[in-house]
Amino acid sequence: MNKYLFYPGCSMESSAKAYMESLNTILEPLDLHFEEIEDWNCCGATEYLGINLIPAYSLIARNLALASKQKNGTRTVVAPCSACYLNLAKADYYMQERPSLGEKVNEALQAGGLQYTPGTLDVRHLIDILVYDVGLEAIRSQVIRPLTGLRVAPYMGCMLPRPDYKHRWSDHEHPTELDDVLRALGADVIDYPLTTSCCGGHMTQIGPETAFELIRRLVADADERSAQMMATVCPMCQMNVDAYQNEMNHYFGTDYHMPILFFTQLMGLAFGREPKELGIGAELVSSRNALANIGVEVPVTQEPSAPKKKDEGLPMPRRWTKHEGKKEAVK
Amino acid sequence: MTDTTFEPTIIGFTCNWCSYRAADLAGTARMKYAPNVRLIRLMCSGRLDPTFVLRALSQGADGVMITGCHPGECHYIEQNYKALRRYLLLKRVLKGMGIEPERVKLVWASAAEGAKFAAETTAFVEEIRKLGPLHWRKKSDQFSVISEAEQKEVAA
Amino acid sequence: MTERIGVYVCHCGSNIAGVVDVVDVANWAAEKLGRQGVVIAREYKFMCSSLGQELIEKDIKELRLTRIVVAACSPHLHEKTFRIAAKNAGLNPYLVELASIREQVSWVHTDKTVATQKAKAVVSGAVSRVIENQALDELKVPINPNTLVVGGGIAGIQAALEIANAGFHVYLVEREPSIGGHMAQFDKTFPTLDCSACILTPRMVEAGTHPNITLMTWSEVEKVTGYVGSFNVTIRKKARFVNEELCTGCGICEEKCPKKVIDDVYEAGLGYRKAVYTPFAQAVPKYPVMDTQNCTYFLKGTCKACEKFCPTGAIDFNQTDQFINVEVGNIILATGYDLFDARKVSNYGYGRLPNVFTSLEFERLSNAAGPTNGNIVLRDGKTTPQSVGIIHCVGSRDRNFNNYCSVICCMQGLKFAHLVHERTGATVYNFYIDMRTAYKAYDEFYQRVLEEGTLFVRGKVAEVTDAARHSNEKGKLIIQTEDTLAGKQRRIPVDMVILSSGLQPRHDAKEVGKLFGISCSTDGWFTEKHPKLDPVATMTEGIYIAGCAQGPKDIPSSVAQGAAASARVLDKILQKEVALEPVRASVDKEKCSGCRICNGLCPYHAILFLEKEQVTEINLALCQGCGTCVAACPAGAISGTGFSNEQILAQIDGLLMENLEMV
Repeated sequence: MNKYLFYPGCSMESSAKAYMESLNTILEPLDLHFEEIEDWNCCGATEYLGINLIPAYSLIARNLALASKQKNGTRTVVAPCSACYLNLAKADYYMQERPSLGEKVNEALQAGGLQYTPGTLDVRHLIDILVYDVGLEAIRSQVIRPLTGLRVAPYMGCMLPRPDYKHRWSDHEHPTELDDVLRALGADVIDYPLTTSCCGGHMTQIGPETAFELIRRLVADADERSAQMMATVCPMCQMNVDAYQNEMNHYFGTDYHMPILFFTQLMGLAFGREPKELGIGAELVSSRNALANIGVEVPVTQEPSAPKKKDEGLPMPRRWTKHEGKKEAVK
Repeated sequence: MTDTTFEPTIIGFTCNWCSYRAADLAGTARMKYAPNVRLIRLMCSGRLDPTFVLRALSQGADGVMITGCHPGECHYIEQNYKALRRYLLLKRVLKGMGIEPERVKLVWASAAEGAKFAAETTAFVEEIRKLGPLHWRKKSDQFSVISEAEQKEVAA
Repeated sequence: MTERIGVYVCHCGSNIAGVVDVVDVANWAAEKLGRQGVVIAREYKFMCSSLGQELIEKDIKELRLTRIVVAACSPHLHEKTFRIAAKNAGLNPYLVELASIREQVSWVHTDKTVATQKAKAVVSGAVSRVIENQALDELKVPINPNTLVVGGGIAGIQAALEIANAGFHVYLVEREPSIGGHMAQFDKTFPTLDCSACILTPRMVEAGTHPNITLMTWSEVEKVTGYVGSFNVTIRKKARFVNEELCTGCGICEEKCPKKVIDDVYEAGLGYRKAVYTPFAQAVPKYPVMDTQNCTYFLKGTCKACEKFCPTGAIDFNQTDQFINVEVGNIILATGYDLFDARKVSNYGYGRLPNVFTSLEFERLSNAAGPTNGNIVLRDGKTTPQSVGIIHCVGSRDRNFNNYCSVICCMQGLKFAHLVHERTGATVYNFYIDMRTAYKAYDEFYQRVLEEGTLFVRGKVAEVTDAARHSNEKGKLIIQTEDTLAGKQRRIPVDMVILSSGLQPRHDAKEVGKLFGISCSTDGWFTEKHPKLDPVATMTEGIYIAGCAQGPKDIPSSVAQGAAASARVLDKILQKEVALEPVRASVDKEKCSGCRICNGLCPYHAILFLEKEQVTEINLALCQGCGTCVAACPAGAISGTGFSNEQILAQIDGLLMENLEMV
């Protein structure tokens, strides 16, 4: 159960190096064995699919073909990047749903002596593995430095939960997987309504004003809810919110300071690793002040707890979870 | 009938309560399906004597489709389970006789599933088309390939 | 051949004749099936018309026909018609066979040549089969005049009252502690704005006190056996822990009970009740029930406050569930609906955002007897909203949830808009896909609400969020929607959102259907016998359906169906007996070897083994005619009337007649 094929994706080697570094620190404590797909290539990100479908899908499927050749005891491919995950899952899904596409893609793969039968691999995102295979209990058991008092906005991004081809997520509009992991680390997780809103993606390149507005919404709402930082599962989200925050502030004349870290960095911290090992400090909007709360030994002053609901208030309905009554995924 | 466009002949057994009504519904809703199936109405799929299937195959049918209510929804409480048991046994017998067991298919269809009935019928016709003609009925006088006694054994 | 067979091919206007060459089929039958005994084959425009029937009757008499095959529609439609025609002409009705060339041929195939070929095959099968048909007599069974009504909502109450008023006995079974159903939860009813309780309560009282009605609340049907005319029903009367003989309904136990529980049923989760409770003041019957999952005594073994204070000593902690057997001739199911769970539409935030309410919650909020005494306030219990958004079609007309229209939501949304206006003066928005205000005085109500100043936005709401983008949105719920009339996206900040949730089949509708031997549609509603002409009967004789159990509908329609179902039942009762299809199995004792293979196969215990004679016998009264034992008998000793081996084998041969090769 703990062996996986690993597709890192390009950004893990460059802009999201911190994601990779921090991911490496949590594998061993969680007894995870990731075997990198040999000779993998770029997934084509979002652009290529907009230009020409067959070459784009062939580019993605080459990775699937390599993975299926390599599989030794596992059929699960893990991608830590949301765009990579979506592309791999999308190729697998549409090759199966549209046999003619599958045939054409395989024809292209043939040139390289490769072949892929759609549906034979399980493409999953890192956080899916952590929540549903490793389990929150196992994560909790590794926590030696709880993130108590750190107010985090859980930001899943838009590419991970939708479209939910294989019904992997608790809810494709308001997934709670990231909330649950952060909560397991002891963090004070805010109810972040924009958890699946778009970060602007590559609009920063083509229409920066649009991207700035999208980034502003994310940062402003997290700030409004007194989050000290945001946590993400996606290199693109991290880059946009982090690297473009300053420009966004300029554009709107605002003064937000909202650090954003990868959730694996926070896991590493909670597991007792030092910030340096986790690539913390490389981010442009510094998380130093936010992390001061847990970096030092001083216990954090408790947030004033919300006033107790008065008796005349009306009770809330129970929250909906996809697994209600079935699987106890969310503790 | 030419070999290039083999049109299979299929006998379909339906139960009065679910699958016959599914066929009626497919008709009322004007859903189109392959015309190769000719239906026989029984009260229940439990009424299906496996001899009927053998008779149909020996008389020129290339395939037999058995349909009934979904498990747990039988009008007669549980008799479709008995149909299922006989069906599984029958497939073994067919294999022993050198007939592809895939020539007989069991399909559950509720009274609301006209679309399913139509789709399953068309799919089955294609499956039989791939298997090719059965040609059991070479000589019309040679009815019983298996003896009367054996037929009854199957029925039991 | 001794049989003289007549074949009649129906055009059904162009329904059959448009695809099948009916003249060719008739000519072919006369020519090729002559050696089987076909003496006449005719085609006619509408065989089911009186002229068509007369044609058959005349031929039977003049040509001395002994068997009839009608190639027309499904036997489920007109088998009866032609059997009666045969009977009128002096022929046993079971010597008529219908060949379905409409539902099974012309409506499902397009190629005329192939369809005509298939029609011939189907006719050939029917001709071969009809030769083996036997003259049968109808089975007559008496009808027990008692009726079981399941579900004490307005549809069930109406059905029960109609039958009881006609002088026959009714057992009215309700799962909850009181009858009244969803209607008892409502404040006002559209479009007249009648007070729901004011019009419902008298009916409830009448049902509760009627000498011909045995009311069993807090009860559920456990088991049903038998068939039309004589059903045997086992009802579980759940322990109330209150002795109904002694209880006066004074309410002291409820007052003294220290345990407060959220009321998920009657108050839709918006209010509280005690562990011993009557759901509402006008409950019928007035006796409370004990909620053993929350009662302190049942949880911890001490308390018994209710027992101490009860002035008549009616509290009885030793009560157990009772099982009551009743014999009835007919059953009406009026089991109602469940509200769609709005938490599933997570982008509307119900369950996450406090001031998003469901329609049923709002009913309680606006009800003078509800948790806020009818004050329309936010979930803090005190703030009156300044602006309210009502979202239609939540979970309905949505391929992610239910495809169907829930019928009542548009009118309900209008009613809510009116009430909010009247009581708070707030700005009200209705977000709709289409306004559906059919039926008497409904559209007039729509006009009235429009004139009152309610704002209507046409478009599917994308999201309800508390993530403000602008300063005017701070602290509000923002409704993000497409306005398809203005052709733009809008963000409308409001204080309160009401989700007009759709109606769903009861969560256990499928199990209940199974219990009574009726089926559900793919959406889960009980299936009626005919969607237009027989909306309250089911495929199972003696079982009727009424109200929302059959599909979403409003109060007038539910009442109409309750009354319609009772009329069908009264018709059966007054006939005193009913004719059943004589499809039964019987054993030829000469052939039976006593192997007992069939003995375990019958779910109705109709098969008996006679120890003395060492043979098996079938009880005709219990046999339902499925034919499973017929198929199992290794000696061929069991025969099934109407579906004998001879008939079916002949039909197989007929269908596969050599000269019918397909194109």
